[in-house]
Amino acid sequence: MSRRITYREAIREALQEALRRDPRVFLMGEDVGRYGGAYGCSKGLLTEFGEARIRDTPLSEAGFTGAGIGAALGGMRPIVEIMTVNFSLLALDQIVNTAATLRHMSGGQFSVPVVIRMATGAGRQLAAQHSHSFENWYAHVPGIKVVAPATVADARGMLWTALEDPDPVIIFEHATLYNDEGEIEDSGPLAQPLEGAAIRRAGSDVSLITYGGSLKKVLAAADELAREGIACEVIDLRSLRPLDDKTIAASVARTHRAVIVDEGWRSGSLAAEISARIMETAFFDLDWPVERVCSAEVPIPYPRHLEIAATPQVPNIIAAVKRALRR
Amino acid sequence: MTDFRMPSLGADMDEGTLVEWLKHPGDLLRRGDIIAVVETQKGAIEIEVFHDGVLEQTHAALGATLPVGSLLATIRMPGEVPAEQVSAVPEPILQPAAAVPPQPLPSQAKVSIDVLGQFRITPVARIIAARSGIDPGHILPGSDGIIGLREIAQLPQQPPKHRIGIDLDEMRKAIAAAMARSKREIPHYYVGSALDVTVMSDWLSSENAKRPVPERILSAVPIIKACALALRKVPEFNGHFTDGRFLPGQTIKMGIGIALRGGGLIAPAIDMMEMLPLDDIMRRLTDLVARVRGGRLRSSELSEATVTISNLGDDSADMVLPIIYPPQVAIIGVGQIAVRPWVVDGRLEPRKIATFTLAGDHRVNDGRLALRFLKAVEQYLKKPEAL
Amino acid sequence: MTPQALAELVKRTLYDVAPDLEGEAIDPDIRFNEQFEFDSMDFLNFIAGLHHATALELPERDYQRLTTLASAVDYLTEKLTEQGKVRQ
Repeated sequence: MSRRITYREAIREALQEALRRDPRVFLMGEDVGRYGGAYGCSKGLLTEFGEARIRDTPLSEAGFTGAGIGAALGGMRPIVEIMTVNFSLLALDQIVNTAATLRHMSGGQFSVPVVIRMATGAGRQLAAQHSHSFENWYAHVPGIKVVAPATVADARGMLWTALEDPDPVIIFEHATLYNDEGEIEDSGPLAQPLEGAAIRRAGSDVSLITYGGSLKKVLAAADELAREGIACEVIDLRSLRPLDDKTIAASVARTHRAVIVDEGWRSGSLAAEISARIMETAFFDLDWPVERVCSAEVPIPYPRHLEIAATPQVPNIIAAVKRALRR
Repeated sequence: MTDFRMPSLGADMDEGTLVEWLKHPGDLLRRGDIIAVVETQKGAIEIEVFHDGVLEQTHAALGATLPVGSLLATIRMPGEVPAEQVSAVPEPILQPAAAVPPQPLPSQAKVSIDVLGQFRITPVARIIAARSGIDPGHILPGSDGIIGLREIAQLPQQPPKHRIGIDLDEMRKAIAAAMARSKREIPHYYVGSALDVTVMSDWLSSENAKRPVPERILSAVPIIKACALALRKVPEFNGHFTDGRFLPGQTIKMGIGIALRGGGLIAPAIDMMEMLPLDDIMRRLTDLVARVRGGRLRSSELSEATVTISNLGDDSADMVLPIIYPPQVAIIGVGQIAVRPWVVDGRLEPRKIATFTLAGDHRVNDGRLALRFLKAVEQYLKKPEAL
Repeated sequence: MTPQALAELVKRTLYDVAPDLEGEAIDPDIRFNEQFEFDSMDFLNFIAGLHHATALELPERDYQRLTTLASAVDYLTEKLTEQGKVRQ
């Protein structure tokens, strides 16, 4: 049986399932309880699970993220929600210096099974302090896993797998995805693996590599290009750390061209890392330099037209593909 | 654009039959590339081009027999824009958002063969070309000056190699025509000397004893080189007699008489013979003989030798009085090397002797020059290590 | 190798040098240059072919023993026997 739900509902169902399955699981963050979450992902959970397991916190990212890490060390399975990745910078010390390091610094004695969810990205006119994409800051750090569910099925299925992981997992939910609908297959297992990229569309002319909120733009560009006879292969990275080098290299070896679509800024971006890895693993297969479609190097603007102009859009992606194909 | 015409492959050639195009419209041409195969009385000849460029259009149909000078093809020269692209206006690429900084994209304005000297090729295209044995320098880049998979995919399929044997009857006719004209028009004189080539022969034996079979050199090679060097000293024998006067050759482009089993003779030429080291001459000679036997000579080898040598070779005869190939003004004949009783410093000794003759065109030169030539050959053969 | 196989090898080498001879009968005792109008280049190619097939050095002073089919087989048999490569 398959049914159609939104990304937001998928997250809520995943939270609900986790809270029901494991008494060690609890959710904490700003406005997750009474308000139901800044993006409405925890609506109704306070009623079912009570204040001890759905905890509203003060506006102190360093404090409640640190508390979550402490609870994980103490044997709990906390889910920490941070309103946006911009705000997570306040908790960067807790995540990078504490959560990511303790397994190594304790010689393997301590593990930190915390899951940190946060919204990311532009597209909702929330201006520069709520719209950036810092996924690669976290993907840079050993000791944590970083995932970016781009589909409803991944939003539904990655949380439980993340909770079972003994190490910190950061889940990036692009803010433009919450209202999107997708199919959920209830008959099979819902859990999705954390690692491994997924080929969302097969094609032989060019590999489009992307993740998170850009996936739908890339698929739309691929649809449009298909009408012009250009067959795009679309790779959804899913996991930003570790990266699935094999899938990328195998795809580029087939298509000979790669276009990376990444809402982060181009300088020092995930796109830069992926591009470097393509050079390392598939240089001799290339028929064109790796193309990148990234955000303009400005703080994401508030006005609608400027926000659109600053971030990757379908026409930029199409133009990059045509450059790669020399059309 | 430049016209490419049916070349003259010797004074006796009036026409040729186009049997194969080896280049096709759009193909990149490099000076020296073989563009077509033309069948003549001397067999199937590979015709070379003398310009870099792109084959724009072919004008002759396969199987057509065309007189010398007929238009075969037009060649687009470097810097010229192909006809169909002249009016093409590049479409501006709309940048919907400022996400991508300007790319250092190659000019899309026109095909310019000027850039071909430093063409750019993508990694995968380079590898596929290498695997297929295609020289990237012979692939026409796209309008952006780049060779990618598209250009590789557009390469014409190699046509099956056209093999044509030499028609011996036709060749007999060609030889008959050329030799009859020679004896009719050229007042030949002959001067010859039996030369002691022991020093050269012994030096070559000791040299060959040091070499594995594939690197050994035939005695014809130092003989040819010595004759080429001697011709440099006596340049009156190297050149053409055209329109009543002698035009000396710029270089020594020496025709080498190669006999065919079953009859017939071809004298393809090697240019700048006087400059080539012995090993190079041997390699070129081996290649030439193989291609004469296979009926696959190149136009540049058949056109306009400036002098010819006819070397009888081992185990043959002592002397030949050869006939000049017009419009040349001399031909050198060399008999077999044989051990003969010879007087050295008043004593009889077995020495290796070969008889060199020179037939000259008495309209242009005379016997005294021939003596100087033969003396020079003798001197060069006494210092074979310097050849 | 046997002497029969060596005779085949010599014939094969001749045909490689002069494909137009393929199928023609070879008189074992008449010199190649008389029988087939071999010139110096053909003969050297023939020697090179034998060298390639047998890895023997084949110095110039031995060329005269390679001028007929019979003498060439004798010569190769002798040289290869020295190397233990021929069964009589």
